[in-house]
Amino acid sequence: MAVMKPKPLPASIEQTVELLAGADYIADRSLATVLFLSLKMGRPLFLEGEAGVGKTEIAKVLASSLGRKLIRLQCYEGLDVASAVYEWNYAAQMIEIRMEEASGETDRRQMEKNVFSEKYLIRRPILEALEGKKGAAPVLLIDELDRTDEAFEAFLLEILSDFQVTVPELGTIHAEEAPIVIITTNRTREIHDALKRRCLYHWVDYPDAARELEIVHRKVPQANQRLSAEIVSFVQKLRQIDLFKAPGVAETIDWAGALNELDKVALDPETVSDTIGVLLKYQDDIARISQGEGARLLNEVKAELSAAE
Amino acid sequence: MKRYQSNPVVAKKDGRLADNIVYFARTLRKAGMRVGPAAVKDAIEAVLAAGIGTRDDFYWTLHAVLVNRREDHATFDEAFRLFWKSRELVEKMLQMFSPMAPDMRQKEKPRAAESRVGDALFEGQKKNQPPREVPELDVDARFTYSGNEVLRSKDFAQMTAAELAEARQAIAQLRLPADEVVTRRFRPDQHGRRADPRAMMRAALRTGGDLIVPQFRSPRIKHPPLVVLADISGSMSEYTRIFLHFLHALTEQRRHVHTFVFSTRLTNLTRQMRHRDPDEALAECAEAVADWSGGTRIGETLHEFNRRWSRRVLGQGAVVLLITDGLERDDIVTLEAEMERLHKSCRRLIWLNPLLRFEGFEAKARGVRAMLPHVDEFRAVHSLDALAGLCQALSGGRQGEYDPQRMLAQFRSAA
Repeated sequence: MAVMKPKPLPASIEQTVELLAGADYIADRSLATVLFLSLKMGRPLFLEGEAGVGKTEIAKVLASSLGRKLIRLQCYEGLDVASAVYEWNYAAQMIEIRMEEASGETDRRQMEKNVFSEKYLIRRPILEALEGKKGAAPVLLIDELDRTDEAFEAFLLEILSDFQVTVPELGTIHAEEAPIVIITTNRTREIHDALKRRCLYHWVDYPDAARELEIVHRKVPQANQRLSAEIVSFVQKLRQIDLFKAPGVAETIDWAGALNELDKVALDPETVSDTIGVLLKYQDDIARISQGEGARLLNEVKAELSAAE
Repeated sequence: MKRYQSNPVVAKKDGRLADNIVYFARTLRKAGMRVGPAAVKDAIEAVLAAGIGTRDDFYWTLHAVLVNRREDHATFDEAFRLFWKSRELVEKMLQMFSPMAPDMRQKEKPRAAESRVGDALFEGQKKNQPPREVPELDVDARFTYSGNEVLRSKDFAQMTAAELAEARQAIAQLRLPADEVVTRRFRPDQHGRRADPRAMMRAALRTGGDLIVPQFRSPRIKHPPLVVLADISGSMSEYTRIFLHFLHALTEQRRHVHTFVFSTRLTNLTRQMRHRDPDEALAECAEAVADWSGGTRIGETLHEFNRRWSRRVLGQGAVVLLITDGLERDDIVTLEAEMERLHKSCRRLIWLNPLLRFEGFEAKARGVRAMLPHVDEFRAVHSLDALAGLCQALSGGRQGEYDPQRMLAQFRSAA
């Protein structure tokens, strides 16, 4: 990734909307407000929502449009301090001990200082995020926090409130400028209130039809007007019926891309049932849409669109 | 007092706005949202940071700070609408104070959380009303099952001290099947199988590097979350009290227990169960559930669980404990499909069935046959008169003893 010049933070909600739109992220006013406040107040932003509504994308867009470094911490079950914050380079440390011995070093304190020096510290994402320079703090994305366990969550409390990490052998490392923290969760379990309290919370919802259409235009500009309108209208209708997993915006964009690759200019029942796997990822849902319900929705979409013309 | 003037700008320029935000936060708190004093301070700061522009911006600014659960959105929305729109508020108040005045406005559809926020704003108005009588119902509905939705309330006899002691003892002896998962975290263990380089380093420095003695660690083991789905329909009414006590005692001892009960609809009782006192917890449960001893719609309610809750509570290798007699009234096809989905979403599905001891049970058991292929373990409770019996049914047992396939084979040979 090319090194970009860090830009200052937006000064108003309007500027935040523009900043995101400049990087092809069409945010609604509520999201822009929360994001602006989080930047202004230096608070982490806690985004919750269904999969594929653009939570992770926010962090990426923010990093690229502000010219900041993006540091991503993907959470998983059993994530521990050694892989999230720091680790010592044990092999090098052992050599150091042997060398000291050979050179006749006997002062224990000096030896400890040499062995546990920054030279042997392996920095993991969180420690790395605390090393931003003034005016160029990185964006720290803590992705899918719900996948880790409570123990890690509790550990994050110190980092998110004071932006500092304590390494027992070295001391406390404090950030010169706090990183911009974005936390996302898919809600596979509830995150503790103590952590949420330190953040600004926002539920990222599916976009409305007009905004989704604009997103498709921006992301898949090759798809023609008619096709995009049909796609968005169809997906919006899918979200209203009782599916196990409703398609997200990411799926809409994928579908538009797929249909565009197939040189389609309008939706027809056959194409829908051939490509439905791009939108729906559960067999029950696919079976239901393939058996008639998809055709019914498509008819509705066509009728509405021609009525609007 | 200097420290109370943390924000002199607010105090001077727009004192009333800050006051109003404080009152607004108080309203939210009364309506059941968790808004602490720190959040109020943040809210004022946020409004200062964002500036007061349009009503919408103001709405989302406060929303960003004061709401931190999605469930609270409706409450916030309603409170905001009422609080920050003075004319409507006045109208509403007038209406509240003069019950004789006929309501000429068109009746709107009640919004979510409207009554809760209304209660919070007009607290005291309702105090004069006589408390609602809760009729005590005692219907013995064993062996009957229906799909009709009957909404009933329920009163539980309080727990005696002896019962409580017995319950605690029984739970202490409880050993759930499949109740341990190996995590990817480690603990120091001299008999462990993995080297612990960090401990080695520390130990080596203690001796000045003369000796580098190997240190070991082994994976930590913890209890996975437990999700309980309990049937409270008419045919199970006799046992309800016992297993609610069981669930309360279990919640008290373990960290992750999610409790759901169902008869014609699904109710999440996890929060109610967290009350320390068993009587209070049960009283709250009794209030939260609308369909005590109602009909049985296992398939429907499992569908609801799968769709709304399974992805939220079945993470981290959860074990599901399903307590039901399997007497399904509705469509067996739905039941089978939903059981399959549930089975595939959890680590282990244990079915606890209290009705098995009765003769002639098999004949009615269409639902049982549909459910059996999709459970990992099938356990029968022979005596549900006491908690001990329930714990006993769940603890121990030889390998293969509770294999649902055995039960299925018995059904086939009987038929």
